Amino acid sequence: MALLDVQDLSVTFSRRGQRTVRAVDGVSFSVDAGEVVGLVGESGCGKSVTSLALMGLLPRQRGVQVGGSARFDGTDLLKLDLRSMRDVRGRDVAMIFQDPLSSLNPVVPIGLQVTEVLVRHRDMSGEAARKEAAELLDRVGIPDPRRRLKEYPHQLSGGMRQRALIAMAVACRPRLLIADEPTTALDVTIQAQILELLKELVRDSGTALIMITHDLGVVAGMCDTINVLYAGRVVETARRKELFAGRRHPYTVGLLRSIPRLDAGRGEKLTPIRGSVRDVLPWTEGCAFAPRCDRRVDACVGAPPEMTPTHTGHEFRCVNPFPLTQPEEARV
Amino acid sequence: MTLAPGKKKEKLDRLAELSAVRDDEQGVSLWREAMRRLRRNPSAIVGAAILVLFVLVAVVGPFFVPYDPVDQSGIREGVIKPGSIPGSSAEHWLGYDHQGRDEFSRLIVGARQTLIVGIVSTLIGLTIGVLIGGVAGAAAGLGGRWGRLVDSVLMRIVDMLLSLPSLLLAVSVAALLGPSLVTVMIAVGVVSVPIFARLLRGSMIAQANRDYVLAASSLGVRKSKIAISHIVPNSLAPVIVQATLTLATAIIEVAALSFLGLGNPDSTQPEWGLMLADAQIYLDVRPGLAIYPAVGIIVTALGFTLLGEAMREALDPKLRR
Amino acid sequence: MFRFIIRRLLQLVPTLFGLSILLFIWLHRLPGGPETALLGERGTPETRAQIRENLGLNEPLPIQYGRFVKRLVQLDLGTSISTKREVTTEFLQRFPGTVELTMTAMLIAIGVGIPLGYLAARRRGSFLDHASVGGSLLGTCVPIFFLAYVLKAIFAENLGWFPTIGRQDASIDATHITNFFVLDGLLTREWDAAADAIWHLILPGVALASIPLAIIVRITRASVLEVLGEDFVRTAEAKGLTERTVRRRHVLRNAMLPVATSIGLLTGLLLSGAVLTETVFAFSGIGAFIKDAISNLDYPVLMGFIMIIAVIFALVNLLVDISYSLIDPRVRVR
Repeated sequence: MALLDVQDLSVTFSRRGQRTVRAVDGVSFSVDAGEVVGLVGESGCGKSVTSLALMGLLPRQRGVQVGGSARFDGTDLLKLDLRSMRDVRGRDVAMIFQDPLSSLNPVVPIGLQVTEVLVRHRDMSGEAARKEAAELLDRVGIPDPRRRLKEYPHQLSGGMRQRALIAMAVACRPRLLIADEPTTALDVTIQAQILELLKELVRDSGTALIMITHDLGVVAGMCDTINVLYAGRVVETARRKELFAGRRHPYTVGLLRSIPRLDAGRGEKLTPIRGSVRDVLPWTEGCAFAPRCDRRVDACVGAPPEMTPTHTGHEFRCVNPFPLTQPEEARV
Repeated sequence: MTLAPGKKKEKLDRLAELSAVRDDEQGVSLWREAMRRLRRNPSAIVGAAILVLFVLVAVVGPFFVPYDPVDQSGIREGVIKPGSIPGSSAEHWLGYDHQGRDEFSRLIVGARQTLIVGIVSTLIGLTIGVLIGGVAGAAAGLGGRWGRLVDSVLMRIVDMLLSLPSLLLAVSVAALLGPSLVTVMIAVGVVSVPIFARLLRGSMIAQANRDYVLAASSLGVRKSKIAISHIVPNSLAPVIVQATLTLATAIIEVAALSFLGLGNPDSTQPEWGLMLADAQIYLDVRPGLAIYPAVGIIVTALGFTLLGEAMREALDPKLRR
Repeated sequence: MFRFIIRRLLQLVPTLFGLSILLFIWLHRLPGGPETALLGERGTPETRAQIRENLGLNEPLPIQYGRFVKRLVQLDLGTSISTKREVTTEFLQRFPGTVELTMTAMLIAIGVGIPLGYLAARRRGSFLDHASVGGSLLGTCVPIFFLAYVLKAIFAENLGWFPTIGRQDASIDATHITNFFVLDGLLTREWDAAADAIWHLILPGVALASIPLAIIVRITRASVLEVLGEDFVRTAEAKGLTERTVRRRHVLRNAMLPVATSIGLLTGLLLSGAVLTETVFAFSGIGAFIKDAISNLDYPVLMGFIMIIAVIFALVNLLVDISYSLIDPRVRVR
């Protein structure tokens, strides 16, 4: 059985005087123990909201509605009350955020921000917690950890801060780690180091990882399974090899084509996807990607496209997908 | 093509004008957006309603008062005795004041006086404060070494004024000029000078660091022109908000000065603060004499405060989500 | 830290120097003079001149100022023209009452304002939130002496719960060492004297606290709301910390920074309000004395008063800066 099984997750924001927004619109995917799963898409596709919904971190207000189910080890995370959710957070499911500077409390020393997790979930205290915290910092590659414990976030470099955040997340050896764009705010060279660290941690501890990113390059290097999201729905799901061997959904193809490559010929142009994420059709009226799609046909509009399964487990939500034979244009 | 120096200047000024126009358009939409948010804010509507009513009473009311507000008819008719001031009656809705004058008429006429004193003293503070703050802000934002010197001297003085307890500042000004209506307005106005100066300077420096100023100066637009046509208009929003809030405090400070015996000595010009201060001796006899003007002051101040706070919220980019 | 404090205190010297020169010139330029206040309308030109001569007011201003500074470094502020007593003695007798009153008001404002502002932010949109925002708006609009009269009429005169006037009941024979009546009561172990002094402080304290309370509630609320939206609060929640830890360590600590700044700025407001409150409650502090000194143009008293106010301001701001640096490691005092 899967470690995490998300079925038909939906999140709607309705504010007084404003149009109701369906940020996540029936997302389903699953994560096996020790597996690395990618959630990929442009900003605004609902990937971050998905992760916040899983952690129960969306604002608890009347205007925010979460539907569907997310079974973690048999219990539905979405149905947990706040108290039990607090026990799960940090201990069983931990999260790493995008901007390490704003995600760390500026007025609390790094050490305390690490030990507070240990005190809360592992009943450690005092010197034992400090010792463990130093080991954790050491494990994520922060040199001179004893000294760093006493320092404040502003005294650390960007990469160090992200390592410290990772240390906090893995402090209780969670079974599931959610990383929301963990490298976006970092320099390219640091990005690679952080990805390498995450890979190592996952390999060594057997933690499952949900990698949320807009960067297909990150996905290519790390993920076992990839879910491509568009306008709040999964539009393509595949094992990594299958996806890179033969992607079917025009959006996935578009995403790959818009990545600049060093080995591309000088005259070769990047092909960005037309329009922006705001040019969407509501899923109820057809394929949300249709307004931006090059392969649009009449059948795209009218009814929502269903997920088309294949025998390999590769699924896509498209009525006119790229054929499996890999014509020249689909290969990038 | 090479341009003659004069032509080049013309061209640059034209460019600056174009960019200024764009800024203005942005300004308009900023104000329009703020107005839209104001209209949706219930406390802004309540505040505005209070103020409309107040201004209406102040402007039109005095023409319709039932009695002359300075006529001591109560004393003439002998209804005022020591230890007894008659209250409401069919003829005198709110009774007499301690000198036998019709309280209701005095309240209505007092509204006008209160409004005038509030506005004039705020304008005094605003004008001087904006001058000092504007010069300091322009000097600090654009002026180089001399500019910084001018700025720091001006701000030292402003900080000194700011650090004095406001009432003591007002009291010393009042003592200096001798009690009169003009004194009260100047004393209350002076208190808000450092606030306006600091505010405008801060907001101008923030504007001066914005990219569009850099763009304009890289186009060679004169510094004084940048300050007057770009920085000042864009920095005025917080000052206007503060002026609205200051109107509320001005009305209250006038009352405080009167309470300390430094108000307008001429009670033929009824003003709420003065009426409230005068009533303190008669609290045991007729508490109403204090309560009516006090309610007037509180409600009016509340109106200005509600509107001012709502404006501040409407203009705050952080809250504009 | 120690060096920082020393340096800040040294910086005070030139400020005081500048302030005193400005004040000196200004005060002596005021029309009239102490002789008018002393003699009223009766004075003949000769007696006026005689008094000016006796007070040394006819000498050139620089010489008068030199005398003032010379005395000042010996902590001597001269003799009050109207009461003929040492200014320092007058201050030592009257200032403690005002300080007690402002401290009471500050304690009330902080003790009620911060929790109320926090709760209002936490339960945004609730009845409590609307009530405290509305109440704090109203609080800034009520003239403080009117509020003092209303409180006095209701709680002292009608209900009789609190004393109406004064700092201590006349029937209590208390020993006064410092003139801080509460402190005196504690030092001499005259508990009922201390209790009575506290009892006398409550109503004027509440009246004086109204505006600072309103301001602290609003700043705390706004600041907590802003911090609640910060990423690091989300991180703390994602770690599964208890609500108590999140609140104390992550929300309040950051939210207190703007509040600390505002508390420093409230001192002037409190001193202004104290003058008004003291008058209503016949509370023998510095208020009435200063009011008289202004109308009598009692130069030594006024100069001394402003100097002391300036020192108080500097000390309060120093305290604010120190507490700021204790909360926020990014601001390190050097």
